[in-house]
Amino acid sequence: MMKNLFSVIALVASSWAMAAGPAVHLDKAPIDLMDKASLQHGAKLFQNYCLGCHQMQYQRYSRTFRDLDIPEDVGVENLMFTGKKVGDHIKNNMATKDAEKWFGAAPPDLTNVARVRGPDWLYTYLRSFYADPARPFGVNNDVFPMVGMPHVLQELQGMPYKAYETRLVDGESKQVYVGIKTDGTGELSAEEYDRAVADLVNYLEYVGEPTKLESRALGIKVMVFLLIFFVLAYLLKKEYWKDVH
Amino acid sequence: MFKNLMSWIEYRLPFMDKMNLHVMQYPAPKNFNFWYFFGSLAMLVLVNQILTGIWLTMNYVPSAEGAFASVEYIMRDVDYGWLLRYMHSTGASAFFVVVYLHMLRGMMYGSYQKPRELLWIFGMLIFLVLMAEAFMGYLLPWGQMSFWGAQVIIGIFGTIPFVGEDLTLWIRGDYVISGATLNRFFALHVIALPLVLVILVFLHIMALHEVGSNNPDGIDIKKDNDGSVAQTEADKKFTFHQYFTRGGKKVIVDAIPFHPYYTVKDLVGVAGFLLIFAWVIFFFPEGGGYFLEPPNFEPANALKTPAHIAPVWYFTPFYAILRAIPHPFMGAVAMFAAILALALLPWLDRGKVRSMRYRSGLHTANLINFCISFVALGVLGVLPAEGVYTLMAQIFSFTYFGFFILLWFYSKNEKTKPLPVRLT
Repeated sequence: MMKNLFSVIALVASSWAMAAGPAVHLDKAPIDLMDKASLQHGAKLFQNYCLGCHQMQYQRYSRTFRDLDIPEDVGVENLMFTGKKVGDHIKNNMATKDAEKWFGAAPPDLTNVARVRGPDWLYTYLRSFYADPARPFGVNNDVFPMVGMPHVLQELQGMPYKAYETRLVDGESKQVYVGIKTDGTGELSAEEYDRAVADLVNYLEYVGEPTKLESRALGIKVMVFLLIFFVLAYLLKKEYWKDVH
Repeated sequence: MFKNLMSWIEYRLPFMDKMNLHVMQYPAPKNFNFWYFFGSLAMLVLVNQILTGIWLTMNYVPSAEGAFASVEYIMRDVDYGWLLRYMHSTGASAFFVVVYLHMLRGMMYGSYQKPRELLWIFGMLIFLVLMAEAFMGYLLPWGQMSFWGAQVIIGIFGTIPFVGEDLTLWIRGDYVISGATLNRFFALHVIALPLVLVILVFLHIMALHEVGSNNPDGIDIKKDNDGSVAQTEADKKFTFHQYFTRGGKKVIVDAIPFHPYYTVKDLVGVAGFLLIFAWVIFFFPEGGGYFLEPPNFEPANALKTPAHIAPVWYFTPFYAILRAIPHPFMGAVAMFAAILALALLPWLDRGKVRSMRYRSGLHTANLINFCISFVALGVLGVLPAEGVYTLMAQIFSFTYFGFFILLWFYSKNEKTKPLPVRLT
């Protein structure tokens, strides 16, 4: 029994050591939940590139359409690849068992991924794939080393690789890592790719908490009410306490 | 007609008399300061938790298969479900904030001292039940942190020699944390513990009203009616329930009726509290990852340990003490001793002067030592238990217990300042 707690604490302690700080620098995701065009583009990217393997099993199509100002018929026509009714959850038909066989682990549900990982992590992760012939899918990732996921956005980015330059450092010429570059076979330029990833992350951030904008709007009204209430309560108190002082 | 009805009721159940006794004619010291807001705020948060809890229960599914999805259903499909959930989750943290400040108030002004020992004990029982309530509630969303946090905390009971293993089995109702554990925690969280909590709060207030409220000066406002203290004009302005004058044996000075003076004053406190509370609910419901931890947005998975297991922030001071001791069972003993020491304060403090205002500089320094130790332990409980952090946790555990030991020694013959006769 003491061993139990020891092992739990040891486990916790060792995992903490790993979590002590992010191994890589995370870029700030340039996202804006008010940008409906960006969110719509993100939804389109998700449906086309992610949904094959990842579900959003808690998000309904109708919710996405409503919140993103997508007319229902347009949405059903262009974005609803799975599900029969517009009120269905955004699911795919991949069996977990198959997924585990194919990728080593079942692809996680992405409804809450932005709340688990944070948008900056996602934004950096999707831009950190690089060619690594040693991996089953030919790519590896700096943010999530040895990840089982293939580079599904390769069609857009092209094949990314780690670029090195020969530079003079302290009088010696050395190979210096200068970042990830692509072979140029993608449909998008580097800037366009970053923008596309940002749109996708923006959509994931929205799905993580679809009520965020509603919450802020209501929050401002509540705060204004409470401020007035505070002033009135204070004046009431002052009036009553005249008897005491 | 109405008057007749009221007197008919009053004859059978003296409602107005009790209202006078506890509210309209309850003598409260007139010098309550900022620190006296937190009792009524704790009550407000309790009501918030009960009401939002009832509505959450209407859509929550207490099963291992359905719990996580039902929380997402509440967040996405139930009208204002997100608001109810954030009010409840933020309310849990707010509860501990106000209760910790409420307890600190008691320590600053010696509110635990004679004759308020039982009042303090009821308060400590409320604190214990509140911790159990919070712990069990945290399992219900069935996220990764719910699961693994519960694993660690139930593991603490497993360190008890001989019975530990059986005890954890009995708590879980299974060999691992499972749907069986979730169901019983749900039952305890929504019925058993709130019921106990409400009863304890009732007893806490009854005990308070019996001995009367303490105040920042720590002196009595009910004086013996032997002519030594004369009532001023201001004292005679208000009528208090005859119960408090003990049939003329006591005179009440420097007091004001709880209602309307403190009801309107507490209303200001409520407004101020709600401003901060609403600000968190609407703009930062995760509380920077401390009120709602990011891994808890992932469903519980017994096969996948999260990278970082930390209990929710309000447990971390005690958790740091647990980890500071290298021996697991002794660590658990130290953790419970840390809570027990607080409960024993009325007897550990042998001083006769209540308020820090009139106690020695050593006592003030010791109180500051306690606050620093408690906060430092809270921070260390979030950080990894390694290297210098473990050493620091050991040092602050030592100074935490040092507060009580020192207090016991110096309070016997403490050099205190002269007490005023009247409130300042």
